[in-house]
Amino acid sequence: MMSEKVLMKGNEAMAEAAMRAGCRFFFGYPITPQTELAAYMSRQMPKRDGVYLQAESEVAAINMVYGAAAAGARAMTSSSSPGISLKTEGISYMAGADLPGVIINVQRGGPGLGSIQPSQSDYFQATRAMGHGDFYMPVYAPSTVQEMADLSYLAFDVADKYRTPVVVLADGMLGQMMEPVVLPEPVDPASLPAKPWATVGHEGKREHVVVNSLFLDSEDNERQNVARFERYEQIRRDEQRVECYRTEDADVVIVAFGACARIARSAVNAAREQGIRAGLIRPITLWPYPVSAIRECAAKVFLVVEMNMGQMIEDVRLAAEGSAPVEFYGRCGGVIPTPDEVLEQIRALDEGLGD
Amino acid sequence: MSKELQIVLAGFGGQGVLFAGKVIANAGLIEGRELSWLPSYGPEMRGGTANCSVTLSDDPIGSPLVTTPNALVAMNQPSYDKFAGQVAEGAVVVADSDLVSGIEDAPGVRVSAIPATKLSQEAGLDGLSNIVLLGKLWDMTRFCGRETLDAAIDKSVPPSKEWLKEKNKQALQIGIDA
Repeated sequence: MMSEKVLMKGNEAMAEAAMRAGCRFFFGYPITPQTELAAYMSRQMPKRDGVYLQAESEVAAINMVYGAAAAGARAMTSSSSPGISLKTEGISYMAGADLPGVIINVQRGGPGLGSIQPSQSDYFQATRAMGHGDFYMPVYAPSTVQEMADLSYLAFDVADKYRTPVVVLADGMLGQMMEPVVLPEPVDPASLPAKPWATVGHEGKREHVVVNSLFLDSEDNERQNVARFERYEQIRRDEQRVECYRTEDADVVIVAFGACARIARSAVNAAREQGIRAGLIRPITLWPYPVSAIRECAAKVFLVVEMNMGQMIEDVRLAAEGSAPVEFYGRCGGVIPTPDEVLEQIRALDEGLGD
Repeated sequence: MSKELQIVLAGFGGQGVLFAGKVIANAGLIEGRELSWLPSYGPEMRGGTANCSVTLSDDPIGSPLVTTPNALVAMNQPSYDKFAGQVAEGAVVVADSDLVSGIEDAPGVRVSAIPATKLSQEAGLDGLSNIVLLGKLWDMTRFCGRETLDAAIDKSVPPSKEWLKEKNKQALQIGIDA
């Protein structure tokens, strides 16, 4: 049966979708512009036999996610940029202990306390350095409220499948806005696949299991890392997601994710109306990066548009491997670029291409 | 893009601009259109003024942040002063003349200034000047069917405030007739 379309804020849609994915443990700490997510959880979790817990700090919250995940539960936390920084130690521990869990970042301007307005300046943090040690995490970048629901739901499956923390990287604009959304079908947590590695008590019937990120034997630690990177290879191969919009014949191809991709799409349409062959590549996974979509694109020039000083541009350059110049346009600190600004950039690049 | 109605509703926090925007969004939802609703959530809300951007369209919506509105509802002076100069050619501007002065006709802009505060108070509908203005906006733009507008009120008023539905519908009609 198709669910009906409802009007929801992005923050609320992510919360509802997480619960429908079988998440019954939310640990958080308030911060703008993510607050509606936690507020929704606080109202709904008690009605669904779940736990909503406002922790004493972000550090505590992420370690509670670690604990619930170690016991086999689907668990999550959410925050905004400065709060995510505080959680990174715990996220590294989760990666080191091969624990699944979902971390939602509704980004705001930075660094430091920055501003409370939308931003994408945590790209490096999400895709490269979410804590110490050799590790990656799948990172999903929704650009509509519908995708916020769908990808938050998917994040729990991916986390369990590969035993890894997963990030949903949103921003203040997406979190605060309302759009119609069709919510995914609810899953009964009891129906989810068993987790034989979970520390739930062995009752003397099986070997005990250990969830831990400390390996004092270096060889042992190396083996753990190598095995984890084999899973990362599988993720790189199987989990890339991307949307290509009007790219077939495009000379100028914008690469943008999340909220910026919406603005870029408007600019691409406006450019097309002026006879400029513009297109848009929208990475939906930021890690694994959709390398093949960039590599297979016959653009004459790429324009990376971000709400930061230029972070994803490095991945575009790596993927393009010099096949075309890669230019950048960005606003930062909580300032949102307008479609007109992006259109101006497209026009300038198109003129530069000559005949 | 021309089919898109890009609306900014602005006023003091507590005047109900976010709610009025939500009614428009729900009207779009009922009629199966593309829509987005984006509130201000920054320090300006704490400082007294709030606004929201609402877009209704037949195509997928790009930026939900409206920078060049083709419809403006201004409920106080700072909002009018801030947004009146940003409207697109051919825009509709609706303002509460009890709270906004210096409302000017601009070339290519349809302006309607109505005493929404007074009209709502006289009808015993204190605090519903937002919906009176929404009624006027609907009258000037017909952004949805008339029945849809009432249905959108039903959808937007929370069940705990059931008794407000009829009052909101009365306020709508006052605005439409003003």
